[in-house]
Amino acid sequence: MKPRQKRIVFAIIAVIAIGVAAKLIIASIDAGSSYFYSPKKVLAGEAPTDQVFRIGGLVKVGSMQRIGKTLTVEFIVTDDQAAEITTHYTGILPDLFKEGQGVVARGRLRDDGIFIAEEVLAKHDEKYLAPEVKEALEEAHNEAMNKKEYAQ
Amino acid sequence: MSINWFKYSSPATFYPLAGKMIPFFGWLTAILMAGGLYWGFFETPDRLSDQKEYYRIIYIHVGAAWMSMWLYIMMAAWALAGLVLQTRLSFMIAKAIAPTGAIATFLALWTGAFWGETSWGTWWDWDPRMTSELILLFLYMGYMALQSAIDDPRRADRAAALLALVGLVCVPIIFWSINCPDPNECAALHQTSNPGGGNMEPNILIAMLVTALAFWMYSFVAILMRVRNIILERERHTTWVKELLEKNK
Repeated sequence: MKPRQKRIVFAIIAVIAIGVAAKLIIASIDAGSSYFYSPKKVLAGEAPTDQVFRIGGLVKVGSMQRIGKTLTVEFIVTDDQAAEITTHYTGILPDLFKEGQGVVARGRLRDDGIFIAEEVLAKHDEKYLAPEVKEALEEAHNEAMNKKEYAQ
Repeated sequence: MSINWFKYSSPATFYPLAGKMIPFFGWLTAILMAGGLYWGFFETPDRLSDQKEYYRIIYIHVGAAWMSMWLYIMMAAWALAGLVLQTRLSFMIAKAIAPTGAIATFLALWTGAFWGETSWGTWWDWDPRMTSELILLFLYMGYMALQSAIDDPRRADRAAALLALVGLVCVPIIFWSINCPDPNECAALHQTSNPGGGNMEPNILIAMLVTALAFWMYSFVAILMRVRNIILERERHTTWVKELLEKNK
């Protein structure tokens, strides 16, 4: 082989190797340690409960309350209807923190099953729509769903 | 008729071509940036369903983040072309891309910090998206450091090119850190990105795409200007550079 052909073969092998490495790294990130654990995984015992970890999910609607006259708030983090984790947090909540909104909390699981958060972050979705547009879309969606049910 | 594919692969012919292209891309940058920002500030809603005015950071943040990844791919591609074809100009272009890519990466992280502080409630978090983007910044800086640490430009080019190629692994990781194949496994603080999915007000989408295109045009301007300087510096012993300098005295 000529030197140039050798270099082209080297380049092809290098690019394939990089692709395989990226694929493997992505797969191991997916399978291994998560950035946060859903309440379901925590209840299933998959989270490292002996150390600080993050939980992520939605703030259950109607679950948020202040404990006595302290700065501590209590709310429930949920993923689907089944798995729920009661969370306590003392401090200022982020601007976007709302019931029904996504949340990521970092802290420890106490023995009685209450998650004591050191930090609470609000997630926001990838929807960039004006409120009235979003409402209209959701309404249209619900109507379509109702019609479907009616037809069945 | 045979086309001379390699006509502009020589620094002596590419130098004047780059000079002619710079004003064109410069004007495009100015027009697109002004138009995109005007559209983004005055033709879009003041508040979204869950965010307020600060969501407008998107017009800088997304363009910068896209360029940070795209420029790395381009840099690695030119470095690879240099290694395979052994053309001097390829290495020069790769070297010229690195600072612009590093600036785009820094801008994405910096504007993201402001956005994160206002919406999530933190400047920084070790979320997969942010961590992998920070690694990309270190890769750009490592490339530039290695390039300048070796005195012989030919050895510096080849060593830095290898680093750029190995670092290419980072780009798909950044992309899939939020757009991973299985959405249930995808745990990140950063929101997913799906600009074509009907999740964006059309005016916001237009303004974002126009400013992103402006970032692209700006990158062309900055890279072409830098590559011209690198050509002059490296080819200073050749007769054409000497003649050029004589003429412009």
